[in-house]
Amino acid sequence: MNLGWIKKITITASLIAASGLPGTIAEAAGTATLLNVSYDPTRELYQSENAAFIQHWQKQTGQTLRIDQSHGGSGKQARAIIDGLEADVVTLALAYDIDAISDSKLLPANWQTRLPNNSTPYTSTIVFVVRKGNPKHITTWDDIVKPGVSVITPNPKTSGGARWNYLAAWGYKQKQSGSAVQAKNFVKALYKNVPVLDTGARGSTMTFAQRGLGDVLLAWENEAHLILKEFGKDKFEIVSPAISILAEPPVAIVDKNVTKHGTRKLAEAYLNFLYTPQAQDIIARNSYRPRNAASLKKYAANFPKIKLFTLNEVFGNWRTAQKTHFNDGGVFDQIYLP
Amino acid sequence: MEFFQRKRRNILPGFGLSMGYTVFYLSAIVIVPLSMIFFNTIPMGWEPFIHAVTAPRVLASYRLSFSTALFAALFDGGVGLLTAWVLVRYQFPGKQFLDALVDLPFALPTAVAGICFATLYSPVGWLGETLTKWNIEIINTPTGIVVALIFIGFPFVVRTIQPVLEEVEQEIEEAAQCLGATRWQTFRKILLPHLFPALLTGSTLAFARGIGEYGSVIFIAGNLPMKTEIAPLMIMAKLDQFDYAGASAVALVLLLISFSMLLLLNAVQEWQQKEYR
Amino acid sequence: MLKPQPPESAPVVKKRISDPLPVQIVLIGLTLLFFIGFIFLPLGLVFAQAFSKGWEYYLESVREPYAIEAVKLTLTTVAIVVPLNAFFGVTAAWAITKFNFKGKATLKTLLDLPFAVSPVIAGLIFVLLVGSRTPFGSWLGEQGIKIIFSTPGIVIATLFVTFPFVARELIPLMEAQGRDEEEAALTLGARGWQIFGKITLPNIRWGLLYGMILCSARSIGEFGAVSVVSGHIRGQTNTIPLHVEILYSEYNFAASFAVASILVFLALLTVGVKVTLEKQFQKNSFHH
Repeated sequence: MNLGWIKKITITASLIAASGLPGTIAEAAGTATLLNVSYDPTRELYQSENAAFIQHWQKQTGQTLRIDQSHGGSGKQARAIIDGLEADVVTLALAYDIDAISDSKLLPANWQTRLPNNSTPYTSTIVFVVRKGNPKHITTWDDIVKPGVSVITPNPKTSGGARWNYLAAWGYKQKQSGSAVQAKNFVKALYKNVPVLDTGARGSTMTFAQRGLGDVLLAWENEAHLILKEFGKDKFEIVSPAISILAEPPVAIVDKNVTKHGTRKLAEAYLNFLYTPQAQDIIARNSYRPRNAASLKKYAANFPKIKLFTLNEVFGNWRTAQKTHFNDGGVFDQIYLP
Repeated sequence: MEFFQRKRRNILPGFGLSMGYTVFYLSAIVIVPLSMIFFNTIPMGWEPFIHAVTAPRVLASYRLSFSTALFAALFDGGVGLLTAWVLVRYQFPGKQFLDALVDLPFALPTAVAGICFATLYSPVGWLGETLTKWNIEIINTPTGIVVALIFIGFPFVVRTIQPVLEEVEQEIEEAAQCLGATRWQTFRKILLPHLFPALLTGSTLAFARGIGEYGSVIFIAGNLPMKTEIAPLMIMAKLDQFDYAGASAVALVLLLISFSMLLLLNAVQEWQQKEYR
Repeated sequence: MLKPQPPESAPVVKKRISDPLPVQIVLIGLTLLFFIGFIFLPLGLVFAQAFSKGWEYYLESVREPYAIEAVKLTLTTVAIVVPLNAFFGVTAAWAITKFNFKGKATLKTLLDLPFAVSPVIAGLIFVLLVGSRTPFGSWLGEQGIKIIFSTPGIVIATLFVTFPFVARELIPLMEAQGRDEEEAALTLGARGWQIFGKITLPNIRWGLLYGMILCSARSIGEFGAVSVVSGHIRGQTNTIPLHVEILYSEYNFAASFAVASILVFLALLTVGVKVTLEKQFQKNSFHH
């Protein structure tokens, strides 16, 4: 009998364990760290913003800074923070998700009044992405509910972006017709044209751009620009509808965590930095609509004039919108029932 | 407590020690964490619970998850037995390479597998292009889900049968052959009953795994309410509404159904083994 | 093309009776067909994408610091999870197959339970158990103990997901073997540990090995459960599968599949270990 092989396995395992202790990046000594928990489409934006802020902070205080990023579906990220992910700042897709964090007492209920512009340093809207040449001649919201047009949008139950898409369509019809019933029928017709509901906005992009499904993709304006950049301007084009929703992705400090980490000053400086002209330019360059008028003017070519309505105008506030439309038994569930 | 107590005196040592550790580790890693699902459902109350777990969309998702997992497990049972047989009994070049690749479905993250299948079967994919010409739709249909689940469950069956097949005493087969049995008779009457428990275990595991699978399926399923929405997606959707109780409720039902099916299959296996002996 | 060889030329110690050549060819052909459709094509896709921007880009992607951190984290997890679950597997299989007791079917079913639990739930239960919403979790937080959204959480979730592999591999095997040999050894005066080491362990070595291979493959590739407890902080709590997802979500397909190909190599490596051990065994059995 030979037990040598067990020994070998054990030795191999312990070698792997010894070499594998994680943390060389994590434990660079003497630096301040900040954790920004964000949603999916902001990856490129915060890569640039973080680099700019790290420089800015070093110049101002002499302190070296490391900013950790975590990205994922907006609701999922909010849940992670509620369950103990120690984010210093949150930058999510919709106010409802930060409301949920405030419900568990990690930040005060009035969080949205603490920073200018409803705590949203950048906005976006919902536009259409179509295949080159626009073969189905899609120019308005009414075009996408026509029979035979295949629409790609993610699942509003699991994706923040998808909820903005839904609310944009609903808001368009309600403002145009003045009737909630018509709006509901419109949305119902729209989802009849949807062959697949991916769980996240980026999943829908892949379905549309990589797998060749669908005639039109409903997307954030910033994502639409990114799609053209990543997949080729010769394959897709952006169609901006005349009317759409003003999507406001908010940012906030997570009070309980910054108190614990002693990073309140840093976190406040970070979020305020997003409103500075330098940061606003970065925002515009990443195809988000800046709040700063000068920056908007500078990059006006990227942002065609769209008549934008706010969520509060049509739906009151996020909590009501969520409850009426997306919670179990809500309108989105009803339109799928036979 | 009468459970887990030895029935007959057995002369082998180590019952207390091994059973004690088994129960301890099982509780720490599995039972206590899983009980959280139950405890999170309690505050809901009975009526909201029933309401949450019997909503038409939820019922449709159970049906879809169970039926696709069953088809996939049956397919895996056949293909898995075949593969294990070929790998253990035959010699051919490249055999070890195939053997190595059996585990691929485990090592490849489910999300990558899902993306791969969705890409392969998409209208512009390597396989999808041809299939679309023949009007066969795989992606965004229940068939797509079955394809993904076959991939996910495959190693379970092969790797459960393989060790049993390795240990089969060739003398039994030789004896059968000497007595005039054909190869097929030997296989059916001698080998298959011997392999059956492992085959059943493997397929059951593939089935159980298929019911809960999420990562690979969401990319290829289409996720349309009432049509191609799997049960784990319902749980995710509830969680994104911060409805922990509702999510736990659906999870609990899923768990209870799977558990009773596993229990049943284990009982059948026990009974089958007694028959065999 | 793969061609079946006559068994004589094969490096097997025992001569085995085998099926007629045409049967072999058909069965091997069918197996290959399945492998092409379900294994080779996805694999081909992974590598085609991984190398779509050339060798240099591939090497750059897998040597990038975040990718290396992810590999380290994954290997650490495997190195903790596999021995723990292997030890448990042997113990549980011994208890279940060598003795008769009431509730055996229930116990076996409980062992299988983690397979039946959706990976999503597997992550969720630990969030519900030690997340900061719970009294236990907030107490841990006050003590400064971090479990979820850090390495321990990832290890525990992986432990859960791969929990049954070794036990499940060993139980059918040990049941098929019965307990006559152990009992014979006992009557000949062997002690408990001797019986285990000299009789049981050699008998179950294949099952144990397969179980450990499966367990490590699954630990390497687990996505769903780990995703729930990870927090997705780059360079800190990202395992290889999560890193693949991040790269993919950044539309960085080539890098994403390049990192995914590491997983394929790791899977091949585990089986390489198995093959080496097999050879070792065969050598040893000559010395006996």
